[in-house]
Amino acid sequence: MSQTLSPIAAGLWTDEPSPRLIGGRLPSGKIIFPMPKGDSARDVEVYPLSRSGTLWSWTRQDFRPKEPYTGPEAFEPYLLGFVELPNETIVETRITEAKLEDLKLGMTMEFVVVSFDEHRSTYAFRPEKKL
Amino acid sequence: MRDVYIIGAGIHAFGRTEGRSGRDQGVYSVREAMADAGLEWGDVECAYGGSAAAGNADIMVNELGLTGLPFINVSNGCATGGSALASARNAIAAGEFDIALAVGFDKHPRGAFNAKPADYGLPEWYGETGMMLTTQFFALKIQRYMHLHGISRETLGRVAEKAFRNGERAEHAWRRSPVDLDTIMNAPMINDPLTKYMFCSPAEGAVALILASEKKVKELGADAVKIASVAVRTRPPGSFEVFAPSVDIDNGGKPTVLASNAAFNTAGIGPEDIDVAQLQDTESGAEIMHMAENGFCKDGEQEQWLAEGRTEITGMLPVNTDGGCLACGEPVGASGLRQVYENTVQLRGRGGARQVPNSPKTAYSHVYGAPGLSGVAILER
Repeated sequence: MSQTLSPIAAGLWTDEPSPRLIGGRLPSGKIIFPMPKGDSARDVEVYPLSRSGTLWSWTRQDFRPKEPYTGPEAFEPYLLGFVELPNETIVETRITEAKLEDLKLGMTMEFVVVSFDEHRSTYAFRPEKKL
Repeated sequence: MRDVYIIGAGIHAFGRTEGRSGRDQGVYSVREAMADAGLEWGDVECAYGGSAAAGNADIMVNELGLTGLPFINVSNGCATGGSALASARNAIAAGEFDIALAVGFDKHPRGAFNAKPADYGLPEWYGETGMMLTTQFFALKIQRYMHLHGISRETLGRVAEKAFRNGERAEHAWRRSPVDLDTIMNAPMINDPLTKYMFCSPAEGAVALILASEKKVKELGADAVKIASVAVRTRPPGSFEVFAPSVDIDNGGKPTVLASNAAFNTAGIGPEDIDVAQLQDTESGAEIMHMAENGFCKDGEQEQWLAEGRTEITGMLPVNTDGGCLACGEPVGASGLRQVYENTVQLRGRGGARQVPNSPKTAYSHVYGAPGLSGVAILER
């Protein structure tokens, strides 16, 4: 991961050696993502999310989206999906380091920060690396 | 509350009409509906209407006539038509008016919708990173559903195949040529598991319905269809909807289930009593999931239903008899009213080549859209 990339948005994940997505904890105890901003953040506690979860659903984006998408002009299809973080919430995410045919319902996924374009990074999940 | 009837139904062909604005298509549909009901514009006592991308409806009085009637603009996303219908019905049911108009129209640019994050209360990065696409949502929802409930890719294909076959028989449809299953299955992928032919396209079109009280129906001797119930509902907690960066772990709530239950309760009948249904088919998977969400079958039974042709025009429960959104395209403001238009045609026995046999007596329509709302209408003959 190049150090020169800047996050696509501030406050999306924590700045620590093993970064985590920043969710919010509602007074009811429910966990949401992302952490709301402005008045919607009232009574919502910052809650860093688990780095590991299971694949809830997935698809592949096979055409270049119109704006507001700001990815590279040279389009490569990308994977995305939802990852269930146990007892927290189910987050929508890019999926990286996998092929469509590798993806299975319930497989273990882990958080990673990836490059989005030349200058910016975004978050993703990848199939867990067996050590 | 008084009973309310549809006595006039007008449509402007869906698809692409160069040189005619969305609102002008709306005006066209209103004139068709008035001619169908045998009424003049001056007879219409109040109106509700709108579009998502083609401007306000109330400007139509410039073309239709400055009669001074109250004309309420409705802007309720994918439920714009359904909300216009519900409002027009309520105005008559309450006894305030005897003749009301519900109209929906639209004209979208080509290609997938590109919503702005701020319009949906979402952060910019969500759109920038390419996760805010309606097509992805539908693919993600059906992908999970297929794995949980054993739905095959072929069943997705069969839904599209049926849509184009029915569209061929509907004068107002956009796609009027059959497409075979192989072509559908092998077409370019948009969002796995959905190919190009399994998605509807944003389009143009307009629908107008004239509603009347029982008193007026008798006075006019109208060819009337009764509105047994209309229900519009927004999402409950834990629902999985378009444009959701996260989903509650306690998920499963669905606005469609709420709207469907409410509509059936008011009508006093159940899914087994319905003779023909129009279900939101933004893509093939949506029709499959909505069959279950509206109570017509259990999760997973769609596999057998489609294989046996139970949702064909000649089947046990014909679904999307005019080809639905897949064959008609989706002009957002008009789409929900198109379903009610089609049901009116079917109950009056005017369906021609696509007429459901044996004089259907009950018809069900269901529209669904962003950011998680559903509208259901049940009609009776």
